[in-house]
Amino acid sequence: MEKVMVAILGTGNIGSDLLAKVMHSKYLACSLFAGRSSDSKGIARARKMGINTSTDSVDAILDNPDCCDIVFDSTNAESHARHAPMLSRIDKFTLDLTPSKLGFMCVPVLNLDEALSYNDINLITCGGQSSIPIAHALMQSCPKTEYIELASSISSKSAGPGTRINIDEYVQATRKGMEHFTGVRHAKAIINLNPAEPPINMHNTLYMETSCEPDMGAIKKNVAAVVEKMKCYVPGVHIVAGPIFEGDRVTVITSVIGAGDFLPKYAGNLDIMTCAAVTVAEAYAKKMKGKRASV
Amino acid sequence: MKEIRVIDSTLRDGSHAMRHRFTAENIHSYSAAAESAGVKVLVVGHGNGLGASSLQIGKSDLSDKEYVEIAIKELKNTKLGVLTVPGFGTVKDDLEPAINAGAEVIFVTCHCTEADTTQKHIEYVSSVGKEAIGVLMMTHMLSPEGLLEQAQKMQGYGAYGILLMDSAGALLPSDVTARVAALRNGLKINVGFHAHNNLGMAVANSLAAVEAGATFIDTTMRGYGAGAGNCPMEIITAVLHKSGYKTGMDEFALMNISDGIVAKFMKKPIEIDGVRLASGLAGVFSGFCPIAERAGAQFGVDPKEILMELGRRRIVAGQEDYITEVAIELAGKKKKQGEI
Repeated sequence: MEKVMVAILGTGNIGSDLLAKVMHSKYLACSLFAGRSSDSKGIARARKMGINTSTDSVDAILDNPDCCDIVFDSTNAESHARHAPMLSRIDKFTLDLTPSKLGFMCVPVLNLDEALSYNDINLITCGGQSSIPIAHALMQSCPKTEYIELASSISSKSAGPGTRINIDEYVQATRKGMEHFTGVRHAKAIINLNPAEPPINMHNTLYMETSCEPDMGAIKKNVAAVVEKMKCYVPGVHIVAGPIFEGDRVTVITSVIGAGDFLPKYAGNLDIMTCAAVTVAEAYAKKMKGKRASV
Repeated sequence: MKEIRVIDSTLRDGSHAMRHRFTAENIHSYSAAAESAGVKVLVVGHGNGLGASSLQIGKSDLSDKEYVEIAIKELKNTKLGVLTVPGFGTVKDDLEPAINAGAEVIFVTCHCTEADTTQKHIEYVSSVGKEAIGVLMMTHMLSPEGLLEQAQKMQGYGAYGILLMDSAGALLPSDVTARVAALRNGLKINVGFHAHNNLGMAVANSLAAVEAGATFIDTTMRGYGAGAGNCPMEIITAVLHKSGYKTGMDEFALMNISDGIVAKFMKKPIEIDGVRLASGLAGVFSGFCPIAERAGAQFGVDPKEILMELGRRRIVAGQEDYITEVAIELAGKKKKQGEI
């Protein structure tokens, strides 16, 4: 199959990891890797690999709209708010990896097919991608739950400047995603950065508040089933502990070990975002090619 | 005679010791007493700050809004303070409403290596004309030079002062002197210190900070706070007076509040038991102690061992979920050893 061309906006940790994943993709090829800063290390690395780069950011796409069908935006929430209408005008299928809270929220294991009919797809946050499916499974077992909470820890090394400046947006977008997908009345998200060496793996603790002892057998089965499904596109996600019932709560602790494409394996928080985004992009590419072939 | 600003965080750090169960009456009566004693800044709210009432840290009986609204009614000359940790509370959801309700001194807090997570919060506080104090937690985990670098970032965002927290109660007086002196020499803004008493050093460390140039210290009445507690406000005030500093407060008025109000609402006296001493040795956040005790009882493990293992893993404040995980792991190991 002829590969579908993608452009990557943002040349930091997430953009560089996306590039590595697109390079191994059977369905996608990177035609443009664009940022703002001429001294970006990401641009220098991409250039060495023979990738077409630009420091004109979104303008590089607007000036040459035929360069790609799919755009990954890994800049930051404010920049994506500017990019989204421009990219929509030139009809690009856009995957937003910033916590912009704009666009159609997608968690591939829950709504991949539906997402393909929208053109601005938001991947929520790393915490959201890792834990919304599990929250969804918990809520299916206990639909009367009124409160769920996610506390995530990531290594300081894996949190670039975009992640740090968008820490409020992370908290808000993760909460919004949890409430949207599970239907719970109230959700909360917490994020910690830990500077330990060697760096910690991405770590998520999901709590569901309960007033009575739930059917733990059913919960364990549902959670294990959804984690298996997630492994199809994020192989490093796994349960560390739980589900356990402790008086007022059910707790599930998970961790994500990255593929080690750009940053080392500890950066599962990067990996889960880029895996989800590439999964959606590949599904879109297959659909696009299928349509073209049938015309 | 040099004046030292003694900050009163009884209704903030004390929330940990109360298991986040302060009542409206506690807030009301203590705030009124603090005003009458001439307290300069009274900090209120959940122990981990705005938006931190959670299953992860502990749910608060009162909302942030209630804390602020009840306290502000009693205050005239005393300024109301709140604390916020980016990653828990956000500008829009938590900080803005607290400032609109009357908070004037905002402690924007992060782990000591992560100052750039506080940029938007400090800039926001400065932009609305309030006082932003940049707070670095767990300062035993970073060198004086490293702390200066982080504090300089906060100064650049517009912080009015920098507060160094010994969140684990792990520092000795010479460590405090080195840290405060490094900041005093390298910053244009004020430096403060917040002690915990796990190694019995809270008063000595606070005095060392002042002697190294700190112009404010963060304290709680009777040391009422997380783990082994904080630097007792009434004691350090008396000690500062004896050492020739002014505080603008009368130690006898503080003693009366300590005995008349705080002693009555305290769940139990603050003491340095084995678990709290171990927490200081391990260098983990003092607030982990009760959670480690609970997890230890549930999974049949010595809470001191849990804390020491958390220290080896360099777990930081906010990562309370690792306590249960480590307890489960240690219980598993113990079982295995028993089988062999």
